[in-house]
Amino acid sequence: MTTTYFNEMYDGGAVRPPYARLQDWMQSMPAELRQMKQAEAETLFRRIGITFAVYGEGGDPDRLIPFDMFPRVFLQEEWRRLERGIKQRARALNAFLVDVYGRGEIVRAGRIPSRLVYRNEAYEKAVAGFVPPRGVYSHIVGIDIVRTGPNDFYVLEDNCRTPSGVSYMLENREIMMRMFPGLFQSNRIEPVDGYSDLLRRTLASVAPAKCDRDPVIVILTPGHFNSAYYEHSFLADLMGVELVEGADLFVEHGFVWMRTTEGPKKVDVIYRRIDDSFLDPLCFRPDSMLGVPGLMDVYRSGGVTICSAPGAGVADDKAVYTFVPDMVRFYLGEEPILQNVPTWQCGKADDLKHVLANLPELVVKEVHGSGGYGMLVGPKATKEQIAVFADRIKADPGNYIAQPTLALSTVPTFVDEGVAPRHVDLRPYCLVGERIELVPGGLTRVALTEGSLVVNSSQGGGVKDTWVLAE
Amino acid sequence: MILSVTHVTTYRYDAPVRGAVQSLRLTPSLCDGQRVIRWQIGVEGGMRGAAFRDGAGDWIESWSLRGPATEIAVSVSGEVATTDMAGVLRGHREQVPPEVYLRDTASTRSEAGLVDLAHAGIEGATGALDRAHRLAAAVAEAVAYKPGATEAHTTAAEALALGEGVCQDHAHVLIACARLLETPARYVSGYLEAGSDMAQEAAHAWAELWIEGLGWVGFDPANACCPDTRYIRLGSGLDAQDAAPVRGVARGRVTESLDVSVAVAAVQQ
Amino acid sequence: MLSRTAANLFWIARYMERAETMARLLEVGARIALLPSAGHGYRSEWDSLLQASGTADGFAKKYGDPVQRNIESYLFFDHDNSSSVATCIGRARENARIVRTALTSQVWDALNTAFQEMKALERLPRSETELSRLTEWTMRHAAMVRGAIDATLLRNDGWDFLGLGYKLERADNTARLMDVKYYVLLPKVDFVGSGLDNYQWTTLLRAMSSHRAFHWAYGGDITAGKIAHFLILNPQCPRSLITSTGGAVEHLDRLARGYHASTPAQSKGRSLLGELSEMTVEDIFDEGLHEFLSRFIGEVSKLTALVGEVYLSGEAR
Repeated sequence: MTTTYFNEMYDGGAVRPPYARLQDWMQSMPAELRQMKQAEAETLFRRIGITFAVYGEGGDPDRLIPFDMFPRVFLQEEWRRLERGIKQRARALNAFLVDVYGRGEIVRAGRIPSRLVYRNEAYEKAVAGFVPPRGVYSHIVGIDIVRTGPNDFYVLEDNCRTPSGVSYMLENREIMMRMFPGLFQSNRIEPVDGYSDLLRRTLASVAPAKCDRDPVIVILTPGHFNSAYYEHSFLADLMGVELVEGADLFVEHGFVWMRTTEGPKKVDVIYRRIDDSFLDPLCFRPDSMLGVPGLMDVYRSGGVTICSAPGAGVADDKAVYTFVPDMVRFYLGEEPILQNVPTWQCGKADDLKHVLANLPELVVKEVHGSGGYGMLVGPKATKEQIAVFADRIKADPGNYIAQPTLALSTVPTFVDEGVAPRHVDLRPYCLVGERIELVPGGLTRVALTEGSLVVNSSQGGGVKDTWVLAE
Repeated sequence: MILSVTHVTTYRYDAPVRGAVQSLRLTPSLCDGQRVIRWQIGVEGGMRGAAFRDGAGDWIESWSLRGPATEIAVSVSGEVATTDMAGVLRGHREQVPPEVYLRDTASTRSEAGLVDLAHAGIEGATGALDRAHRLAAAVAEAVAYKPGATEAHTTAAEALALGEGVCQDHAHVLIACARLLETPARYVSGYLEAGSDMAQEAAHAWAELWIEGLGWVGFDPANACCPDTRYIRLGSGLDAQDAAPVRGVARGRVTESLDVSVAVAAVQQ
Repeated sequence: MLSRTAANLFWIARYMERAETMARLLEVGARIALLPSAGHGYRSEWDSLLQASGTADGFAKKYGDPVQRNIESYLFFDHDNSSSVATCIGRARENARIVRTALTSQVWDALNTAFQEMKALERLPRSETELSRLTEWTMRHAAMVRGAIDATLLRNDGWDFLGLGYKLERADNTARLMDVKYYVLLPKVDFVGSGLDNYQWTTLLRAMSSHRAFHWAYGGDITAGKIAHFLILNPQCPRSLITSTGGAVEHLDRLARGYHASTPAQSKGRSLLGELSEMTVEDIFDEGLHEFLSRFIGEVSKLTALVGEVYLSGEAR
C-alpha cells in the first residue's frame, strides 16, 4: 500500500506560493554553512536554557529538543480559516464545560452519553454548580492539528488543561530572527511575540469579582525538577509575574497569599501548571505536597481564579473528543470549520470489532494517555507488537480509541543528506478570556525520522518555526 | 424532636506546628426535616476564611490558624429541630448529577464478595425502593457491628470479608453493592441521637441511594433503619474520605493524635 | 520579591563563597605539604584544615587517616561532602537555575560555565588534575561570578540578598579559620610566640590570600596581636570580621530602606558592628581569642537566623 502525502512546499515540480522565497534560501546554503548555523542555533538554545527532561529515561537531563531551521509556512488566507476554526472550537469547548458543570443541557438533549461526562475521572464533582469568571474554564486551549491536503485540516486532539510548548514557539522565532535576519526582510512574516502580553491580558481579564485593583497574577509550577520548568520560568519572566511553588502560597481570610520578603501579598489569578489532583490536598490527593491546602475553598468562594479551571479536563478527554463537532453545532449553532479525525470507540462493540480487524491500518491511543505513550501506530508496527496490543485492547476496551493512519503533510527539513520531506503537525495556542485571541503561528512539531508519523518530543520529534505570511 | 449537639475534635501534636488549614463540613444540610435553631462552629485561635455552599449542597467553611500551636480544637455546638421524612432527602438543593455517584473509589471498589452479596441481597425484590431496603438489610446481616475491628482505611471488600465493622464500613459496603447494581450511592456524615441502648460511635455515617422517582433516600445499615428524627445530616461524598466533616493539614513535621467527643441528646420539652 | 527567590539568591552566594574558602584551604594544605615538616609534621596540618572546613568527622568516617590525595578528593570532588567545591558549585548553580529570571544572563553564564566545567573536571583522570590547577580554577570562577554580579545585576533587593549571603558566609568562614588556627594547632601555651607560631600564622594569612596585604598594612614582625587586628578589626582587610559584618549591615540597611520597614536583623547587625568598631585587640585577648571567636560565630549565626526569619522563610507578617 502506498500512501501519497501532501508536500506543503512542492506541488509536483512547482513550488507552492507560501514557500516561494525559501527555494533560493535553501539552495544558497551549502552543507558547511548549514552545519555552522545548526551548531549556532544549538548554542543559543543551550545558553537560553531551553532543555527538557524526558520522563522515565536516564541520559542527559538537560536534553535539547532538536530544532529544524527550515520554517513551516502558511499563507494569510490559509491561516484565516484555521484561526476561525480554532476559535470556534475553543468557544464550544468552554461552553461545554460551563454546561456540564451547570445544567448539563447537552446531556439532557442526548447529544453526548452521560456516562462519558459524569463518570469520567476528569469530571470534578468539587466544582459542579460553579461558574468561573466570564464563564471560562479553559483559558489556554492547545489544539493539535494535522494537514492532509491543501484544504484538509483535521483536529487530532484538544488540550484544555495546561498545553505546553509555547515557549518553543516564541524561542524558535527569536532564534530564526537572530540567525537569518535576511529571511525576515524578504518575507513579510506576522510576529508572534505579542503572545505574552495577550496571555497576561487574558489572565487579568478573568480576575475574581472580589478583586478591585490591578490583579496580581502568578504562575504555579510543580517545581524546578519538572521537565517544563524552563517554560514556566520563561513565561513568568515575559509577563513580569512571580513563578511560585505550592509552598510559596497559603490561604487565610478567604484569600490566597504569597510569601514575600515584604510579608504576605494577595494573589488574584493563578495560572497553574500542575494537575488538578495535586492542587489542594484538602480537596484532592491528600498526599500532594505540590499544592496549596485550602486553595479550592478559596476558589469556590470566589477569592481567586485558577487557570485553567479545575475540571476542565473533562473536555479534552479522547472519548469526549468525538463529540466536539456536535458541541459546535449544539452551543454555537454553526457548522464546525475544522474536522475531527474519524474515531472508533473500542468501548463500543461494533467499533471494537472493526478496530481489531483493522489494526495494521489504524492508530490506537489510550483514552487518558498523553505524550505519544501507550499508543500503537499500526502501519509501523510489527505483527508481534500488534498482537500484544490487541490483547491490551481486549482486556480494557473502554480505555482505547482508534483512528485511521492519517497521511500527515510533509515540510522540507534539514537532514544529514541535505533537505528531505518530514511529517509535521501544528499546535496553535488559543487564549480565552474577555476575548478570544490567537497569535498568528504556533508550534510545528516534526518527526525527524524518515517515514515516522510520531512527532512527540519524547519520541524523537523536533520543532520548527511556524510562519504566517502577511498579505 | 429537638436535638442538641456538642462535638469537639481535638488535634494534638508532639511538636509545635507552624500553622494549619482546615476545611469543615460541619453545618446541618438545608433540607426538609431539619431546621437549625442555633449552630456555632469555632476553631480556637483560628481565623474564619472562605465559606460557601458546594455543588452537593454542603456548607463548607475554611479556617486557618497561625502557629506555633501544639493543639487545635474544632468545636461545634447547636440545636436542630427534626421531623421524620422516612429517610427521603427533600428540599435539598444540589447540582451534582446522581450519575456522578456511580464512580468507584478505592474504599468502595467492587470485588467478588460484594458482587455476590449485592445479587443475593436483591433477590425477589419488587421495585427500586424495595431493592434498596433489601440491600441495606443484607449488608446489616453480613457485617456485624463491632468497634475496633476495622480502621479508617478499611475498604468495603475488606470489611465484608472480615464480617465486622462500624458505621463507616456498613455505609461503604452498601455503597459498593448499590454502585455495582448501577444505583448511584453516596456516603453521608452526620449525627445520631442513639439513646442509651443503641450503638453509637464518635460521629455517625450512613448511605444514600438514588431511587428514581423519590430522589436520594438514606439507609443506615448499622442501625437497620432509615434516618428519622434522631438523625442530623451534615454532608455527603463518594466515600468516607470524600465526605469527611473535618479535613485539615498542619505545617510541620509532627505526629498527630486525635481526640473526638460527641454528645447528641434530645432536648426536654 | 518571593521569599523563596530571596533564599535561592542568598544560598547562591553562600555556596560560592564556601567553594572559594575550600579552595583556599586546599591551597594552603598543598603548600605546607611541600615544606619540610616542622615538629608536628604535615599530617596534623591537614588535620587542622579538615577541622577548619568543618569536614573532619565526615572525612574520618569515609577515609580514616588523613592522606593528602584523599583529602583533596574529599574537599574538592566528593558529593558526599556537603561542603566540597563540587557540591557547592552544583548547589549554587541549581539555586541559580531555579531563579534564572532574577539573574542576568552574564551571572547565569558564569555560574553555568563553572558547573559545566566542573562536570568536565570530574570526568578527567585524577592524575591529570593537579591540585594547584583545581584551586586556581575555583578562585577564577568564583571571581567571575562575583564580577558578573557586580557588573551586571540591578541594585535591587535581589542584589542585597546575594550580598548578605556573601558577607555572612565570609564572616563565619574567617572566624572559623582563625579559631581552628588558635584552638587546634596551638593547644600548648608555650608554642605561642615561637617560630612555629609565626609560621602557622603566615599560613593562616595565606589561607585568606592576605599575607602580602598584611605586610603592606603593618610591616615588621608578624605578631599574634597584629594578625588578630588585621583579620578582626581592620576595615581595610577584605575578609576581616569587621569588613564582612559592615557589608552585611549595609545590605540590611538598604533592604530596610527599600521596604520601608526596619527589622530585628538590622538592629542585630548594627549592634554587632558597633561592638566591633569599639573593640581593641587588647579587649579581644582579655576575653580570650577562642572565647571571642566562638561568641562571634554564635552572633553571626543568630544574625543569619534572623535574616531567615524576617525575609527568607515567608513566615513574617
